[in-house]
Parts: sequence; structure tokens; C-alpha cells
Amino acid sequence: MFGVATISPSAPAGPLASVPALLAFSAEPLAHLRPLDIAVIAIYFAMVIWIGFYLKGQSDTGEQFFMAGREMTAWIAGLSFVSANLGSLELLGWAGSAYQYGILATNWYWIGAIPAMVFLGLVMMPFYYVSKTHSVPGYLDLRYGGEARTVAAIAFATEMILMSGVNMFAMAIVMKVVLGWDINFSIIVSSVAVALYVGLGGLRSAIFNEVLQFVLIWGGALLVPILGLYQAGGWTGMQSKIISNLHSDSYFHLWRDTGSFASNPMGVHWTGIVFGLGFAISFGYWTTDFLVVQRVLAAHNLRAARMAPIIGSFFKMATPFIVILPGLLGLVLLQNSDGSRRQLVGADVVAACTASSTGQPLDPAGCSAAMAKTNLSPETQQKVLSGAPDSELHDYNQALPLMMVRYLGPGLLGLGITALIAGFMSGMAGNVSAFSTVWTYDIYRPLIHKNATDKHYVLVGRLSIVIGVVVSIGAAYLVQQFHGIMDYVQALFSIFIAPLLAAIMFGMFWKRATRMAGFLGLFTGILFSAGLFVWVKLNPAKLAIVALSPDAKPMAENVFRALWAFCFSAIVIIVVSLLTKPRPVAELDGLVYGATKLPTEEWVPFYKREWFWATAVGIIFVVLNVMVW
Amino acid sequence: MHGSRIPIWFFIGLLLAVYGGMILGYGLYESTTGNFAPGVQLTELHTPVWWGALLLVLGLVYLFKYRPGKTK
Repeated sequence: MFGVATISPSAPAGPLASVPALLAFSAEPLAHLRPLDIAVIAIYFAMVIWIGFYLKGQSDTGEQFFMAGREMTAWIAGLSFVSANLGSLELLGWAGSAYQYGILATNWYWIGAIPAMVFLGLVMMPFYYVSKTHSVPGYLDLRYGGEARTVAAIAFATEMILMSGVNMFAMAIVMKVVLGWDINFSIIVSSVAVALYVGLGGLRSAIFNEVLQFVLIWGGALLVPILGLYQAGGWTGMQSKIISNLHSDSYFHLWRDTGSFASNPMGVHWTGIVFGLGFAISFGYWTTDFLVVQRVLAAHNLRAARMAPIIGSFFKMATPFIVILPGLLGLVLLQNSDGSRRQLVGADVVAACTASSTGQPLDPAGCSAAMAKTNLSPETQQKVLSGAPDSELHDYNQALPLMMVRYLGPGLLGLGITALIAGFMSGMAGNVSAFSTVWTYDIYRPLIHKNATDKHYVLVGRLSIVIGVVVSIGAAYLVQQFHGIMDYVQALFSIFIAPLLAAIMFGMFWKRATRMAGFLGLFTGILFSAGLFVWVKLNPAKLAIVALSPDAKPMAENVFRALWAFCFSAIVIIVVSLLTKPRPVAELDGLVYGATKLPTEEWVPFYKREWFWATAVGIIFVVLNVMVW
Repeated sequence: MHGSRIPIWFFIGLLLAVYGGMILGYGLYESTTGNFAPGVQLTELHTPVWWGALLLVLGLVYLFKYRPGKTK
């Protein structure tokens, strides 16, 4: 019995136990794979490596290796775009968050993604695409110059490698909890597979596998909500059971309880959700994070590049069905062997109640104190303290695996586990392929070796994937020594992404933004954001200032920190731009709105136009939000 | 993807067909022998049979539609 370190992107950073201590404990895994399950997983690995070898011959030039030859269709680019994001932190973390917070967690899929994805397709994509940049730092280079590019490239490359390590570690620890697999085995096998298929086939191989992984994730995970809803008596049955069990209907409202920080379990306010999450974080991630933008840049023409994020947005809107719904269903369906409701708890409580070989907690007093802060019944607490059979605690992040084990027999369980592995690997492949491009084109070429041949840069790209994976493995082991890995991931992500958004937005939509302003806005914005993070880390009471309320919880800090960092960078860019000399408008062709003549696209019927599908996305988005208001 | 290259949809069709065949085969064995895996719920719905069949049909459709050498 031990807890997975908090991996949910939404989970507040609570008091986490030492990860090494958790890992040292040998526990009974949640599931046992049969030969059929092993065969399903082995076939998946064989397929992804085969694809890598098959595509090796189509990845000889820089354009082919780093940009997949820019010949992906809108569907392939769009599915790859969402799949690269559907990594380890998504499937398990958000199912756990839904168990904790209810449907409020869906905001991270809807307002926290859809408007930004549509905006990328309709408004921003033409500038990225027409400029023919290889990367987002590359766009900054064209727009502002080398200083902004270097800051963005170094920050991004560092973030990618560390994120990849976190992905790897998250996968390994889940495999240990669910299947009892050795941590080292999981890390080595998954990283070698990713290094092989991305190193051989470049971005094309990463994209192919991401599309494959997307299909597998849905094929493996879709059964859980279908069977869960059937058993719970449909949506209304689930709703009435949750209200009856938890005496609250707030689990089913997306916006109703966000009028104050204290009235919802996440401790967030709607202003933070709309402006911090819906704008600063979401637009920062979906429109400027090269991990996802790279997939769209590989599209075969401008129309496909504009359609890809819009196609992706339909699937993103549907993802809560396989992620959020299993978490909600877990609230009513997960049972102990005696038929009583199984309640999941935080990883810190699971760690505090780590059992000895007799089944009783190693530290009964600590366990008792930790359980006192939960809503576990006195009977359950007594069972845990006495080490009764089937009394082990499970943490929120185990909601999805527990639901899988409940419904999936041999073969199907293998498919479900393959879906999890595919999610982990698509995230990791996205990290290393984006790292390779940024390292080669935005760091190595301008700063280390300027005028080498195309062949040389492809070789550097292949080597950087291998080196990137090795560094990621090091980062994965580092995470084992680090308390609270999500703190670390979220810090990296939110520190960097909001200032980058400000630099890109002003660069793309304001002709007056100058070279010095772009660099200073980005650089000082990163310092400001990092400063806010450190300030609250050193003195948690300052959260009330950052998030504007004494009732705010750490999730509110993330969204408000991103918002303040964007505002800070925006002010720096505006002030410095007004004090420095702008570039002539003629130099901004292809880079800035109002200075660019966009190419005319061939006529297509209305149902093939991006505006038509963007409108459809908008209508569905509004209807869904109103339905669960 | 164009020309004589194998499209990604072919790989997807192949994987779905193989998985569908394996899961359907096991589901039929399970249903005919009544030898269900312990602890799994809703076995009376014979999920591996219909889910495996669905994956198999989808896979075969993609295999046929995107087979290598077929011109667009």
C-alpha cells in the first residue's frame, strides 16, 4: 500500500511524502496481467518501433526530419496536435481531479483549451505558417531578433527535457502501482522505444505514432465510462447517487459555484478561470508552446494548418468523456470487498498510512492524524489502523486504473494498459521531438555551428534525441529525490508560458513592438513569474496576495500567477516599445498582422472551410457549458 | 501521406484488426466456457465479444481502404 506522488495537473500541492520512501515499499499491485494482455502490450511496442524503421528512409533532410516534410493532412496534424498533449499527466491526473473536484475539472478541457485552439487556427496560424519558421523561438528570431529567440529556446529546451523526465517517472510509478513493474524496467523500456522511433523517423514518426496512440487511447479507455454509466443507471443515476453519497450537487456544476473562492472545492474564482486559465495559461500553451504548434506547422498547406487545431478542438472537447467521467463514476462505483463505498484520499494520507508487513500502519499516530483531515468514516479509519484485510487506502490518481480493473478482463485490460502507456509515450515523444528541433535550429545552429550542411543538422537532430532521452532519464531519477513533482512541472510551465505569450501576441499583432521590447518583456517576465513562485514557496501566506483571496488554494495561484506574469510582460513590452525605435513596416511582411498580405487560398465549399467548423465548435462549446453550468 | 508510401491509417487498421481478433477470440472462449476472469464486473454483457468485433471490423475497413498501392 503506497501512494503515487501527486501527478494531477490540478492537484493542490499538499504535504507530500518522500517519494523514495513510497517507492521502497513493496505492495500488492492493483492488477495482474495475463499472457493475452502481455501480447497486446508487446504488439504495440513492436508496431511503434516498426513505424520508426519504416519511416527512417523518409527522414533524410532537415525539412523531412524536423518538419515531417510539411506534408501532413489536416486530420493527421490535428490528431497529433491533441495527442501530443494527452500524456501521462492527463489521463490519470484529471480522472483523480474529477474524483476530488467533480465536473469543475472540465474547465481545463473546455475554456482552458477550446478558445485558444480555435484562435490558433483562425488567427495565428497564417503568421506561423507564412513565415516558414521551424519553431516558435524561430518566429521570435524573425520578429524580434536573436536575443528573444535564445531566451525562449533555452527555457523551452530545458522545460521539454525536464517534462520528459517527469512523464517517464510518472509512467514508471503508475506501472509499479498498477502492475507491480520495476521502476527501472519501465523507464528503460519506454525511453529506448521512444528514442528509437523518434530518432529514426524524426517528427514524421512522432506524428504517426501520436495518431496511432490517439486511437489506442480512445479504444482502450472508452469502455470504462460506457460500462460505468450502464452500471450507475446512466447520467441521472450517477448524479442521484453522488448527491446521495456526498450530500452536495456541486460536483455537477462548472461555473455556478465559482462566484467566490470559498464556495468550490478547488478554491478558485471565475475571474481566475476565465482570465488566468482561459487566457494566460490556455493561450500560452495552445498557441505558443512549440510541443503542440510543431504538429500543426507540419501541415501540407495553409488551409490544413488552419483546420488542424479546429479538428483537434472537437476531440479535446470530447476528452472529458474518457477522463473526467471515470473519475465521477469512481465516486459511486468503487467498492471495497464488503460492498461498502471505497473512498480515495490524497497521496499524503496514503503515504502516512504506509503499512508494515503485518498490515498495520508503520506510524499509527501519523496515519490517524492524516486520516482525521479526510472524510473517511470512523469505521474505515479503524479498519486501516487495525490493518484489516482489504483496508488499504488508494489515492485519487488511482481512480482510472481502479475503474479499469473493475471492468476490463484479459485482453481488454491489456488494451487499457496499452492506452496508458501510449499516452505516456506520445507525451514523451512530443517532448523529445520538439527539444530536438529547438536545440538544433535555435541553439546549435545560431550559437554553436552556423554554416554546416543540412545533413550535419539532421545528424545533430538525431543525436540530440538520444542525448535528450538520456538527460530525461536522469531527470526522472532526479524526480524520485524531489518532493512534489507537480509543483516542479507546473512551476516550469507557468513561469515560462505566460511571458512567451505576451511576446508572441504583441509581436504578431502590434507593429510598434520592438526588438528590445520583445527581449526584455520575455526575459523580465520569466524572472517576475519565477519570483512570484519562489515568494509563495518561501511564505505560503503570500498566496492570499497573489490569488487575491485568503480562501484561495494553490490551483488559484497557478492561474493568477500566469495572469500577472502576462500583464507584467505586456507592460514591459509596451513601455520599452514606446521608448525605442521600431522596425520599418516593410520588414514585418509575413510576421505581423496588418503588415502581411496573406496568400489567397483556393476556393472550397463552405463545409470544408475553417470558419464553418470553428462556428460549429463555438456552438457546441457554449451548449456544453450551459448544460453543466 | 501520398503515393506508394504506407499511410498511417493502414498501420492503425492493422493494429485494430489484430487487437480486435485477439479480444474477440478470447471473448468467445470466455462466453462459451463461462470461464470469466474473477473480480471483473458486468461479465454478462460479454464486452470482449462486441468490443473485439467492433475493433476488428474497424480495423478491416481501414486495412482495405488504405492498403498500400491503392491510389487515392
